[in-house]
Amino acid sequence: MQTLSKLIQNNLKQYGMIIALLLIVLLFQILTAGILLKPLNITNLILQNSYILVLAIGMVLVIITGHIDLSVGSVAAFIGAISAILMVELNMHPFLSVVLCLLLGALIGAWQGFWVAYIKIPAFIVTLAGMLLFRGLTMIVLEGQSIAPFPTDFRQISAGFVPDFFGSGSIHIFSLVISVALSLIFVYKEVKDRKNQLKYHFNVLPKSLFIAKLVGVAVVMNGFTYILATYKGIPNILVILFVLIVGYSFMMKKMVVGRHIYAVGGNEKAAGLSGIKTKRVTFWVFVNMGILSALSGLIFAARLNAATPKAGNLFELDAIAAAFIGGASAYGGVGTVIGAIVGGLVMGVMNNGMSIIGLGVDWQQGIKGLVLLSAVAFDVFNKNKSSS
Amino acid sequence: MADILLEMKKITKEFPGVKALKDVNLQVKEGEIHALCGENGAGKSTLMKVLSGVYPYGSYTGDILFQGQECQFKDIKQSESLGIVIIHQELALIPELTIGENIFLGNEQSKKGVIDWSQTVIQTKDLLKKVGLEESPDILIKHIGVGKQQLVEIAKALAKEVKLLILDEPTAALNESDSENLLNLLLELKRQGITSIIISHKLNEISKVADSITILRDGQTIETLEPGKDEITEDRIIKGMVGRNLSNRYPQRDSKIGETIFDIINWNVYHPLQQDRKIIDNVSLHIKKGEVVGIAGLMGAGRTELAMSIFGQSYGQKITGKIKKDGKEVEIKNVSQAIKQGVAYVTEDRKTYGLILIDDIKANITLPNLQQISQRSIINEQEEIITAENYRTKLNIKSSSILQKTENLSGGNQQKVVLSKWMLAQPDILMLDEPTRGIDVGAKYEIYSIINELAQDGKGILVISSELPEILGICDRIYVMSEGKITGELNREEATQETIMEYMTNIRGEKHADLEQAYTK
Ligand SMILES: Nc1ncnc2c1ncn2[C@@H]1O[C@H](COP(=O)(O)OP(=O)(O)OP(=O)(O)O)[C@@H](O)[C@H]1O
Ligand SMILES: [Mg+2]
Repeated sequence: MQTLSKLIQNNLKQYGMIIALLLIVLLFQILTAGILLKPLNITNLILQNSYILVLAIGMVLVIITGHIDLSVGSVAAFIGAISAILMVELNMHPFLSVVLCLLLGALIGAWQGFWVAYIKIPAFIVTLAGMLLFRGLTMIVLEGQSIAPFPTDFRQISAGFVPDFFGSGSIHIFSLVISVALSLIFVYKEVKDRKNQLKYHFNVLPKSLFIAKLVGVAVVMNGFTYILATYKGIPNILVILFVLIVGYSFMMKKMVVGRHIYAVGGNEKAAGLSGIKTKRVTFWVFVNMGILSALSGLIFAARLNAATPKAGNLFELDAIAAAFIGGASAYGGVGTVIGAIVGGLVMGVMNNGMSIIGLGVDWQQGIKGLVLLSAVAFDVFNKNKSSS
Repeated sequence: MADILLEMKKITKEFPGVKALKDVNLQVKEGEIHALCGENGAGKSTLMKVLSGVYPYGSYTGDILFQGQECQFKDIKQSESLGIVIIHQELALIPELTIGENIFLGNEQSKKGVIDWSQTVIQTKDLLKKVGLEESPDILIKHIGVGKQQLVEIAKALAKEVKLLILDEPTAALNESDSENLLNLLLELKRQGITSIIISHKLNEISKVADSITILRDGQTIETLEPGKDEITEDRIIKGMVGRNLSNRYPQRDSKIGETIFDIINWNVYHPLQQDRKIIDNVSLHIKKGEVVGIAGLMGAGRTELAMSIFGQSYGQKITGKIKKDGKEVEIKNVSQAIKQGVAYVTEDRKTYGLILIDDIKANITLPNLQQISQRSIINEQEEIITAENYRTKLNIKSSSILQKTENLSGGNQQKVVLSKWMLAQPDILMLDEPTRGIDVGAKYEIYSIINELAQDGKGILVISSELPEILGICDRIYVMSEGKITGELNREEATQETIMEYMTNIRGEKHADLEQAYTK
C-alpha cells in the first residue's frame, strides 16, 4: 500500500496534468451530452486552438530561460496584417509571402531579444512595449480596416486536410494508417528507453503500469484519429503542430541547445562560467518566439480568412497560462514543450466545452482563472511535499 | 556535572531515496560549546534542521528534549521562542537592508505595527557592541564583508534572547583573523551562559574551542568525546570521522616539473563598474607542466578576480596583458575560448557560480562538456550517464543517484560535483579557487590526491587558498598577492607561514598589523 501511494506521488507531477486533461475531457463529454468528442467538434477544437499551441511552444522556451513575452498577440496580428497586404493587395505568391512573414517575425524577435539579452532590460518591459508597438503598427498598416479574402492556397494551412491516398470512402483510411504507424514507433521507442533506463538502475514505472501507459496512449491516439477519420481526416494544421511538438521536444530533451536553454534559466551565472554564451541563447530564444508568433499570426489569418486590427487579442495570456499550467516555473529553468501543449489543451477543451453548454464569456474567464491558479498551486504543493 | 540542556533521542530522518539520519542521539550540556563533526553528507546540517524546526515535527521520528521538556516544533518560530536559534551554512541576511533592519527582521521593534526606529537603532548599537562589531546600524549588509555579516547573524540571534545558538560552518568563508574573532566571541558568549553547537570542518578550531565533540558518520552517532575522558586532538577527531587513522594530511608526491605551459604577462584588470579602479595591477606569473602553483593572499587581495579575468575575462573590464600557452600567445576573450584552450576554473562560490541547483548531478557535470558526449549536437544519453556515473564513483560523491538534484546534496558533495565537471573537461591548466572550502578531512585528502594525479599527468595547476597549511602542503611554488599585485614568489623549500604572511601584508604594513597578529597567534 505504501509503495502504491509513493508511486502515485512520484509520478503525479509527471502525469498529473495529462490525467487532469483526460478528466476534463470526460467531464465535458458528459456535460455536453457527447458533443465534445463528435468528429466535427474535435476538428474544430484543433483548428481553434492551433495558433495558441504554436505560441505556447515558443512561450515555454522563453519562460524556461527565465523571461516572459507579452507581445506575441500583437506580433501575430501585425504579421497577419502584413501577410494580407502582401497576398491580397500586392498579389504576391502565398508561399513567398509566408516565407517573408516568418522572416519578419524573426526580425521582430531579434529586435526584442537584443534589448533583453544584450542591453539587459527586463523582458516584461521590453515585450510590454512590443505589445503596444506592434498593436499600433497593425492598426496603422491596416488603416483600421480588415483585409479579406485570402487566396485559397493560403487558406489551406488552416482549412485543408491531408488527402486520402487510398480512395475516398466514408472513412479516411490514410489517416488511420499514419496513426497506427506512429503508435508503433512510439511503443518501440518507449520500450527501448525503458530497457536503457533499467540497465542503469534508474527508477522506472513498474511493468504493469508501463504497459498500461503504452496501451492508454495507443488507444487514445488511434481512437482520436478514428474519430477524425470519420469526418474529413487529419487537418493540415495538425501535421504542422505534430512536427513542431516532436521537433521542439527533441531539441529541448536531447540536443545541446536544449541543455543550454535549461542551464541559462536555471542559473545564468553558472551557465556562463560553464562556457555557454548566455546572451546569445537568450537572444535566439526570442528570435524563435518571433518566428512562432508569426506562424501563429498566419494560421489565425488563414482560419479567419481576414486580417483584422483586433486579431491576436489576449493570445499572450493564453499562451503564458498554457506554459504555467503545463508545469513551467516562473523562476526559470523548468518546463517542457509537452507540458505546455497539455496546458494549452486544458484551456482549449474548457473553452470549447463551456461554450457548447452555453456558459457566458464572463463565467468562462473566471473559471479559467481559477484553473490556472489551482494547476500551479498543485504543482507547488507537490514540489514542497517531495523535497521535505 | 552541568545540567543537560538538550537531548535528541533516536532521531531518524529520511529523504526520498536516502536515510540521512539513523537513530542519532545528541546530548548538549548547559553552558558548553558542543562541536558536531563528520564527513560531508554525514547528516550534521540535517540534524540541526530537525532541531530548529526547519524540518517540522512529523517529518522525522525520535524525541527532542529541551530543558527537560519534550518539543515538537512545527516551524522555526516555535524553536526560536524557546531560545534555539540557528545560523545556517548559507547566510540568510538581506543584502539591500541595513544592519539594524536585518537584526530585527521578523522581530521588529514596533508599537501597534509602527516600527520604532530610534529603539531599533539603540538596541542594534547595543547588540553590535556585544558582538564586537564597529559598524553603524544603518549600513547596508551588502557593503560589509562576510566576516562582519557573520557577526550580524550572531547579533540577530542575541536579539532573540538565545539560549542555544547553532552555527553551521560559520567560519567556512572567513579568513583566519575573522574566524579567530568569531571563535573568541563564542567563548565570550559562553561566559555569559549561552550554550552553542558548532559545525565545522576546520578541526584546529574545534579542538581549540569545543568542550565536547559529537561525531557523526553516515547518519549515525559514532561517539561523543568529552574533556577529561578522552583526549581531544585533531587526529583523534579524524579517527572518529573516517574510522581509521589518517597519518598524513597531504598525500606524497614526487613533482616532475617540465616546461612552462602557461604564462600571464603584465595582466591588468579594472573594476567592472568603477572604470578607474584597478583591481589587478601588472601581474605576471607562469605555470609549468606538472607543477602545482599556489596563490596566497588575504581576502580582497584580488586572487579570485585574477583567476576569473584569466578565465575568459569573466571578471572586470579594460583587461590588458598577454596570455601564452606553450609559449604561443593565445586569445581568450570568453569562457568557451578558455575551455577550448584547455583552461578551467573551479569557482569558490559553488552555489552562485558553480552549480545549477535545480538540475541533477548528471546535467551539472556534463554542462561544459556537452560537445564531448554528443554527435552532431545530439546528446548521447548513454554516454552521458556512463560519464557522470564514472565521476560519481571516482570522487565518491555521496548521493542517491546521478539523478539527485544538486540542491539536495551536502555542501562538500556539491563541491565535488563542481570539481567533476571541470575534471571531465580535461583541461591543461586547472585553476582551483578555495577547492576545499567546507570539505571534510577525508575528502580533502582525496582532492589533494586528485590534484597530484593531474599534475602527474603533466597538467598545470593553480590553487588559490586562504588556508596557509594547505598551500604549504600541496604547492611546488607559491605566489603571494596583496592589493592586486604579486608581492612575492616562494619555492616550496623557502616557504613558511611567516614568510608568506610577510608578503601578504607588506604593502600596507601598518593597516594589516592587527591581521598579522591574528595569524601568528
Ligand atoms: N532535501 C533533501 N533531499 C534529499 N536528500 C537530502 C536533502 N537534504 C540533505 N539530503 C541528503 O542528506 C544527507 C546529509 O546531508 P547534510 O546536509 O546533513 O550533510 P552535512 O553533514 O551537513 O554535510 P556537509 O559537511 O557537506 O555540509 C546527504 O546525503 C544529502 O544528500
Ligand atoms: Mg552541512
